[in-house]
Amino acid sequence: MELKTPLYDCHVAAGGKIVPFAGYLLPVQYTGVIKEHMAVRTACGLFDVSHMGEFLIKGADALANVQNLFCNDFTNMYDGQVRYSPMLNGQGGIVDDVLIYKISGEEYMLVVNAANRHKDAEWVQRNLTGNADFEDISDSIAQLALQGPKAKEIAAKVVPAEGIPTKYYSFVKDVDVQGIKCTVSRTGYTGEFGYEFYCAAEDGPKLWDLLLKAGEEYGLIPCGLGARDTLRLEAAMPLYGHELADDITPFEAGLDFFVKLEKDHFIGMDALLIKGEPKRIRVGLKITGRGIAREHCDVYNGDEKIGVVTSGTHCPYLNAPVAMAMVPTKYAEAGTQVKVDVRGRRIAAEVVPLPFYKRS
Amino acid sequence: MNIPENMCYTKSHEWVKFADDGSATVGLTDYAQRELGDLVFVNLPMAGDTFAAGDTFADVESVKAVSDVYSPVTGVVADVNEELADAPQTINEAPYEAWLVRFDEITDQEDLLTAEEYAAFVESEQK
Repeated sequence: MELKTPLYDCHVAAGGKIVPFAGYLLPVQYTGVIKEHMAVRTACGLFDVSHMGEFLIKGADALANVQNLFCNDFTNMYDGQVRYSPMLNGQGGIVDDVLIYKISGEEYMLVVNAANRHKDAEWVQRNLTGNADFEDISDSIAQLALQGPKAKEIAAKVVPAEGIPTKYYSFVKDVDVQGIKCTVSRTGYTGEFGYEFYCAAEDGPKLWDLLLKAGEEYGLIPCGLGARDTLRLEAAMPLYGHELADDITPFEAGLDFFVKLEKDHFIGMDALLIKGEPKRIRVGLKITGRGIAREHCDVYNGDEKIGVVTSGTHCPYLNAPVAMAMVPTKYAEAGTQVKVDVRGRRIAAEVVPLPFYKRS
Repeated sequence: MNIPENMCYTKSHEWVKFADDGSATVGLTDYAQRELGDLVFVNLPMAGDTFAAGDTFADVESVKAVSDVYSPVTGVVADVNEELADAPQTINEAPYEAWLVRFDEITDQEDLLTAEEYAAFVESEQK
């Protein structure tokens, strides 16, 4: 059975086309994926991302646990900072990719993928040591993402100045957004400027309505999962289950920057050191032939199958089909010509640097 | 939901319009384009290709997904709407004008629905 997010009635009322996703009933689109995608690139879009999971790790050993659970380094963070990190298993594969919010040295909030919530909760609890308590607060929280170049103006209308996080990957807690208590962070999954709001589940619909109303004059529209996927793909952000998986290392996924091997220890570190240089790696593909490469399409060098597409679509802002694929490192250089099997047709593609789109 | 009276329909959501010379123009219904969402790519056959009723003769892709288009007739492709290659969105904008192909030398056809029957079928699909 699929769950409903606190915003479910808002989506139905706004004409959202509802589909099951990661155990939740969520809108795939309202007015159309292309229109919603373009709104985020040129104005602003509002997403319900309440399906994401939120955990708390609290206690004197909270930092030590975060250091052990994640391959990024959290020792040099200020209170109110957010950091991205893969969470690895003992083989160096990716259990999930997570945002870690430092509330204080003794309290961290983890934001995890909906589809991985229960797996992650189990994994984190199993590996918890010392004085640290785990709490899964996902069901009590609504999360909205306000994304786009106009997000700043829109937020300024309803969020007090001191409640607006100014730095990328920072957040402000206990912000009074017209009577709704929120955590506001400068984060997102679209490659665009934007904020994410966390509030009590029961306040979600009210926050949704007031943000939509505040944004009306700036062209803000509600956006669904379809646009969320095309936006993240255009920005070449990896998605769990596609570019990231239990048997893919962060080096293979191209997430080297988030792996701090100089740390004393983290789960998966030994395995990564033994594995050494990755043999395959995530690349970007520009489709130069006619067609759209999709997930699971095989990638060929001549007649030899060399890899597989992990995500692919037609990107509305670039107005071109692009894909990400996992291929042997020797084919990873930009300019390499490959073929992709699209439903029996071999179409031409070229390896290109990531991201496909970068905010100017 | 727009379902013109002067056409026939398939349960796979193609429309068919027969001309006096017996040839048949085929496209996607309003319901189909709504379900598919914004179309961004159309892969069409070539003139001269032969298809049997029920064969896949084209595929259309929205941002999100790819979908086969099935031939409502057994026949030979006489004309292809090449304009769709550069403007697949016209299927969203005017589904009953944005034809995909015209078949002639037709020797067989699927059990086609009238507008009224198709409307009832779409209604049952939505339940």
